[in-house]
Order: sequence, then structure tokens, then C-alpha cells
Amino acid sequence: MDLSFTARTVILGASILGIVGGVLGCFALLRRQSLLGDALAHAALPGVCLAYMLTLSKNPGPLFLGALVAGLLGALSILAISRFSRIKEDSAIGIVLSTFFAVGIVLLTHIQKLPYGNQSGLDKYLFGQAATLMPRDVFWMAILGAMVLCTVVLFYKELHMLIFDREFGASLGFPMRRLEILLTLLLVTVVVVGLQTVGVVLMVATLVTPAAAARQWTERLWVMLLLAAVIGGGSGTAGALLSATIPRLPTGPVIVLCSSAVLVLSLLVAPQRGLIWAWTRHRVMVRRIQEENLLKDLYRWGERRGGDWSSLVPWNLLMGIRGQSGSQLHRLARRLEGQGMLSRSSRGGHLTAKGLAAASHIVRKHRLWELYLTRRLELSSDHVHRDADAMEHTLSDEALAQLDELLGFPTVDPHGQPIPAGSQR
Amino acid sequence: MSLSSPTTEADDRTPTPADDHHGPLASGQPSTHPNPLQHDALTDRHREPAIEVHDLTVAYQTQPVLWDVDLCLPEGKLIAIVGPNGAGKSTLLKTILGLIQPITGWVKVFGAPYRRRRSWVGYVPQRESVDWDFPTNALDVVMMGLYGSLGWLRRPGKAHRHKALECLDRVGIAELADRQISQLSGGQQQRVFLARALAQEARLYLMDEPFAGVDATTERAILSLLQDLRSTGRTVIAVHHDLQTVAEYFDHVVLLNMRLVAAGPVETTFNTENLQRTYGGRLTVLTQAAEALLKARAEAPKLQRGGPG
Repeated sequence: MDLSFTARTVILGASILGIVGGVLGCFALLRRQSLLGDALAHAALPGVCLAYMLTLSKNPGPLFLGALVAGLLGALSILAISRFSRIKEDSAIGIVLSTFFAVGIVLLTHIQKLPYGNQSGLDKYLFGQAATLMPRDVFWMAILGAMVLCTVVLFYKELHMLIFDREFGASLGFPMRRLEILLTLLLVTVVVVGLQTVGVVLMVATLVTPAAAARQWTERLWVMLLLAAVIGGGSGTAGALLSATIPRLPTGPVIVLCSSAVLVLSLLVAPQRGLIWAWTRHRVMVRRIQEENLLKDLYRWGERRGGDWSSLVPWNLLMGIRGQSGSQLHRLARRLEGQGMLSRSSRGGHLTAKGLAAASHIVRKHRLWELYLTRRLELSSDHVHRDADAMEHTLSDEALAQLDELLGFPTVDPHGQPIPAGSQR
Repeated sequence: MSLSSPTTEADDRTPTPADDHHGPLASGQPSTHPNPLQHDALTDRHREPAIEVHDLTVAYQTQPVLWDVDLCLPEGKLIAIVGPNGAGKSTLLKTILGLIQPITGWVKVFGAPYRRRRSWVGYVPQRESVDWDFPTNALDVVMMGLYGSLGWLRRPGKAHRHKALECLDRVGIAELADRQISQLSGGQQQRVFLARALAQEARLYLMDEPFAGVDATTERAILSLLQDLRSTGRTVIAVHHDLQTVAEYFDHVVLLNMRLVAAGPVETTFNTENLQRTYGGRLTVLTQAAEALLKARAEAPKLQRGGPG
């Protein structure tokens, strides 16, 4: 693809922002200070306006400096309010965010009424306007971004300790307050890097979204930082590319939408933490419980006929026990047949030798647990069945052996039914 | 820490080896650390109490937490800090560690301010004080215990990993080194915190409720670890909630309820009168249990613990 120089500048700027935003976002996310990033972004606006009014130029240097000072002032205000008044931190963030933002809007309106104000184009700091990125802007972004990343690499160990266990770090003698200030300073710097590209309103998304997506995939902090950088940088590049090739697509919002798409995907499919993973695990468990229940029902049926487990149990009889539909039961039976636990015909099914062993193991768990409840916890025998129904699916073999020993290797449950012998001994 | 927390550091200096002229951890390599107990400290300073607290008053904003506490704790003992909720037990530990600035009074650790004795002291915070759903594993947490001797900027290396693994082994969970910390049970998380303190190779350990919310097996393991530490001359000061085990587990007890009620050897200090003064009238069954235990202890010095189940 042949991209114009302007487009390449924008893509470079957007990917720089994505990378540093992703990395710093991890710290904000893990410290539960995502909203602090939002407040810092909003607080930077009056700084930009004041810097412009003082210098009457759009040089990125003074504007960055103005944003930096105002952002830090915002952070300090939050700290002061929550420390010296009874207002809690979340409210303090809300107050500072809106107050600074309001001041910024007032100044912005004032600037636009100035005779030379219309050309200033400062309103791009509201929603971002990546297309206006100039090489000198990107140069500044690269310098600041590199400084932020170097600081994170240099102080990785100390920052890790700060966000995991601040007091322990302090007990070792590390100046946690100063590290906290350093982290806030880095956050403000990232906000400043992103102001022109995504604007104050969407800034928080470039911080939090890649970090939240990265968290889904890993349990190591440094991997999370790398992943967030890749996701942030990738979204930045993709968003800028899309808006460069498709006319009338705003860059900042498209970048945010790209990272949001990655986040949604991560929330769904990531192993361990993903929703689909959790749902599958739940399904597997439900299936196992259903299978074990059917095995148990077949066992009981044979037991009532004096230990005859080889004759066919009719389907309609089994359907009656748990109120299952025919198709549910048949699906279940087919699965058990596949495992070699059951042989079935159109009229009914019966346990195979393997199925019988598995079934007696489950019944053994059930009855031992019932006995334990009545003997040890002195519950009456008519109150223990439901509890044992749950425990038979979760009791480990190790716990079962302990239970057996504790109860003195019993052979009869509280209802007078025999406890099947353990198979592995 | 959140921005609203009222705590401040007593001291912001970096823990470089040069910071502590008398510190035992003068070398950066943990494997070559001289044992703090073999240090000159033991020979020419062995009469210094482990902790000396004088005239200590601490307040959170306008709320007083500790009032005029004077305390002297000997070295080489297992010491329990006992008192009702809100009595200032954790605050006392944190003030000793310089995490909270007192309004009046001072604390000395082995005869010097804490910042000079930092490398002699290990800390086990309350288990609930951190977010266990944090992307890190058990070994990395334990390795934090070595950060103090590492100092700024230096990264832990192979020797440090080995050392951390050793500490995990001492608390019996070396096989869980790579386990993500949220997948550990409460007892295992407590063991990780203890291993991290062991990695500090300290002479004095301050522990905030090491026995809280752990299973019976872990409780026994922690107890034997504490006895191990004592047998090598270390001092352990632990906030403890279970009055019934105080007499059995500890040598020394500090009874605290904003003011110091009493402090001394368990045999003479941990009695009904002092407990009544600490807890007010709310204590009858527990007091009797403690009394019974003390009596049993007097009869059989090596009391076997008969746990249920």
C-alpha cells in the first residue's frame, strides 16, 4: 500500500501512543486507578489553553509543558482533597476532572473569540485529530514515549513492588511515596503524548483497554506489559491505517474501537479468564454430574433387584426418576455408551462391567458421606441425602479414603443400604 | 496505596548497603550474606532489647490509636501482641516499621532507629492487605524479600531465584513456585508471605496475624517454623487473635488496648486479670479456656496440641 507522508506520520504517532498507553495502562489498571488517568487527561486541557494564550503559538513544546503542569496540578488536587477532607478518592477524581475540564472549555471558548483565535485549532485536544499530527509532534511523542518506557524498564522491580505490596516495599526502605509520584508523572506524560491524537475525552481508553485485554491472557506482569504494548501499538496502527484509507473516519475513535474489539475478543476467548472458557468448564461439569447421576440410578435399580445389573432397564422408567425428556436421556446414554459404561438398545440400557465399577464408586462416595454426616455431625438420616447428592460429584478419592478410615471402614449406610466396596484396594 | 491513605513513610532514603554501617547484609549476594546472628551485633550488642518503645502516641488524623505506650521486648522470644479489634495492634507493628509516623515518642530496634536496622527486620503483612488476583507467581513474591539487599535498579539473578526457592521449600511449598498467586489457598498464600520474610534473613520478624484464616495443617507448619526461628536465636513478634493458643505458642505476650495493659512472659502476664483489663467484661469463656491451658501447661511443659478432627 502506498501511503502518503502525512498518513505515515499519523500511523507512527498513533502506534507510539498505543505502546506507551498500553504499558502505563497496566499500572493504572492493577492499582485500580484507571479513572485517575481519565482525570489527568481532562485536567490537562486548561494547561494547553493557558500555554497557548501565553505563547500564542502552537509549538508542541510549550503546549506539552502546559498540559504536563496542569495534569500534575490535577493529580495533586485529587491527592489533597482525599487526604485533607472527608471526600473519598473516587469523588475527588470526579470533582477535579469536571472542574479542570470546565476551566479548559471556558478558556477554549475565550480563545476562539480572540481575533486570531480561529486558526488556533485547539479544539482538536477535545476529541483528538490525528490528521493534524506534524513530524515535529511525532518527534516529541517519540522522545517522551521513550523516556516513559525507559523509566518503566529501569524501575520495573520497584514499580512491581509498589503496585503489589506498597507497605512491604516501604518496610524495606524504598521511598514508596516518591515512586507513586513517579508513576503519576509517567501517567501524565502519556496523557500529554496522546492529547493531540485521541483527545482528552477518549484518552482513558488508550490506557485501560489494551491493559484490560492483556490481563486476560497472562498471569505474569512483564508479559502483561509486553502484550498491552503490542495490543495498544497494534490498535494504534490499525486505527490510523483504517482512517487513512477510508475517507471520513476519525482516527482517535477508530483506534479506541480497534482496541475495544481486541478487548471483547479477549474477554470471550482467553483461556482461564475468558467467558467461553468458564462456560465450557461449567458445561463439562454439568455433563459429568448428569452422567454420574444416570450411572447411580442404574446401580440402584440393579441393587433393588438383588444385584442384577445385566438385565435391561427401560428408558421410560429412567426418565421418570429425574424428569428428563427422552432426547436428553438418549443423548446422555449415547455418551456413556461411547465411554464403554453402558450398552443400550431401543427399549432400554444396562451397565457394563466398567460402568458398574464407576457407578459403585459414586454410590460409595454418596453413602460414606451420608454416614459421616449422621455420625460426626449428628444430622438425622433423613436430612443427609441431598447434601450427599452434591458431595458425591466433588469428593476426591483421597478424601474418600480418609473418610473410610475415619468411619472405621463401614459396610452399611445410615439407611441400612450396603456401601459398595472400594474398587482400587 | 490509594491516594487517600493517611500513612506516610518515616524515611524515604534508599536501602543501599552503605545506608547501614552496622547492617549484616553488607554484600549484595544473598547466598553470601553473613548470618545476622554471627555478626558482631550479637557479641557486643546482645544486651540491647529487640524492640524498645518509649512514650509512643499514634493517631490517624484526629482518631488516637495508640496512647503513651512504653514497651521493651527481649530478643530470642516468640512474642504475641494481643488485644481486641481496633486496639492498635497492627498500628504498633507499622509504627515500629516506620510506616506510620507517631505523634510523640520513639521506637528503637536493637538500640537504633528502624531505618538503621532495616536489614535486620523481616515483615509479614496481613494476608488481606494485598490483591491476590495480581499477575505474578509465588516465586516472584518471595523474591521481593531480597529487594532490600538488592537495592535500586539491580535485577534478581539466578542466585536470588535459587534462594527464593529455598525459602519456599522451608515453608513446604517449593512445588508451587510457578503457581499464580490467586490459585493458592489461603494457607498457601500465608506461607508465601512467610517465605518472603525468610528471604529477608532477618534477626527480628514482625508478623501481622500469621495464623489468621489458615487451615490446621498450615497452622502447625507455621508454628514449627516460628519455633525453628526461635531456636536459631531469632525474635518473632506476631499480632495474634486466638487467645486459646497464646499460652501454647508464645513465650511472651503484649496485651494492648490503645494503651499498653501489660507485657511480659506468658506465665506471669497472661492471666485473667490482665485479660479482663484488655477486653473489658466481654471475656468469660475465653478467659477460662486460657486459664485452663495455662494450668495444663504448668503441669506438662510440652503440651501436645489436640486439634479437632
